[in-house]
Amino acid sequence: MDVQATTPLDPRVNDAMMPYHVNFYGNPHSRTHAYGWEAESAVENARQQVASLIGADPREIIFTSGATESNNISVKGVARFYKSRKKHVITTQTEHKCVLDSCRALEAEGFDVTYLPVKTNGMIDMEQLEAAMRPDTSLVSVMAINNEIGVRQPIEEIGELCRSRKVFFHTDAAQAVGKIPVDVNAMKIDLMSISGHKIYGPKGIGALYLRRRPRVRVEAIQSGGGQERGVRSGTVPAPLVVGLGAACEISQQEMEYDHRRISMLADRLINTVCNAIPHVIRNGDPHHTYPGCVNLSFAYVEGESLLMALKDIALSSGSACTSASLEPSYVLRAIGADEDLAHSSIRFGIGRFTTEEEIDFTAQKCISHVTRLREMSPLWEMIQEGIDLKNIKWSQH
Amino acid sequence: MAARSQVLSLYKQILRESEKFPSYNIKTYALRRTKDAFRANKSVKDAQTISSFMKKGNEDLNLIKRQVSSLLMYVSTEWLLFSRPI
Repeated sequence: MDVQATTPLDPRVNDAMMPYHVNFYGNPHSRTHAYGWEAESAVENARQQVASLIGADPREIIFTSGATESNNISVKGVARFYKSRKKHVITTQTEHKCVLDSCRALEAEGFDVTYLPVKTNGMIDMEQLEAAMRPDTSLVSVMAINNEIGVRQPIEEIGELCRSRKVFFHTDAAQAVGKIPVDVNAMKIDLMSISGHKIYGPKGIGALYLRRRPRVRVEAIQSGGGQERGVRSGTVPAPLVVGLGAACEISQQEMEYDHRRISMLADRLINTVCNAIPHVIRNGDPHHTYPGCVNLSFAYVEGESLLMALKDIALSSGSACTSASLEPSYVLRAIGADEDLAHSSIRFGIGRFTTEEEIDFTAQKCISHVTRLREMSPLWEMIQEGIDLKNIKWSQH
Repeated sequence: MAARSQVLSLYKQILRESEKFPSYNIKTYALRRTKDAFRANKSVKDAQTISSFMKKGNEDLNLIKRQVSSLLMYVSTEWLLFSRPI
């Protein structure tokens, strides 16, 4: 139930990768013998599979180690390449840490960064985005599907606006590619990050889509042998790339089937939980959302206690990257959730391999533990007595 | 053209083989996906389509066999970290 963190390897993907682990172990950049040619043709085939999923040209796909690296190359790479003329980057407050941290690094180098706030439903305000654009804006980076609350941003509209202003548009689509239809030309996306292990592929592989027309240029972060058109030096890991390609092809074939099923399971979970217990709030816009990511806040319950009580289910209060900290999620704070609700939220991830039994088990466990924890809670008692918690002046010791 | 009995035999073989997946999630997915795919295409009449589906089905059966046998080699009943009760 934590498929936003990672997904299990699909056996079909594993099957495609195995020969490249054991037999065809050549370096795809070796041009002088058959081992190299074999690996190279497999890598090029995978490039085609990835490109076909997003409606791109295979030459626009750069293999990286994952979406974090793709995001770094996009944000830092574009800003640094165009820094002589353009010194401004726009992003949102609900981006993944790697985009926000890349922006912080740019700020330290003297760039201006605008962190757009989001509305209470988690969507960005298009007018605010337009107002934030400046003549020296080089890049807008907005994620397609939020990893914590599942909100889908209006990518097409943002793409349209950026193209008309001649600003490059990067989207972190780690949670979107393979799950919802993405077409880089229809959506006017200039750079896009893709992750392998979010779509039932192997970990340690991802891709960057880099538009050729109009050409987007980036400054490489890693120096080396100039592989992947000089954007990402380092030997391309052929088995992982084959796995990413297979995962993309399977998601393309299974997208409709998976989506139907995931929507059904998400409705089942939300309905069961919300019908059984009051004061459950779904975070993020209920319509512009990806159903496989359900973020619920259970008022008057402490999220970490609930997670402890539900420890036999793999759940998380937010992204895996920040799950070690007890701080409430910055994404939830950005959508204006009260501190107490941000503390009591849980993210339910539903994926290709989730079953009805798991959904029912999770829902029942959740209901019984929330009820139990609320019975222990003095806040809940006060609510039952009709006291408005917001008006209480807590004394400080 | 593949006869009805050949299609049914392939269907049963895939289900029987999928039952052997050691992972609960993968097993239930394989069973569900197989049933849904055969059901969705049960009224297909075109001989060429049927034979291409049969070819794909046989490839998938072999894939499941390979994966089942290799996954069974790495079945672990104990979590490395939580070998003691928590």
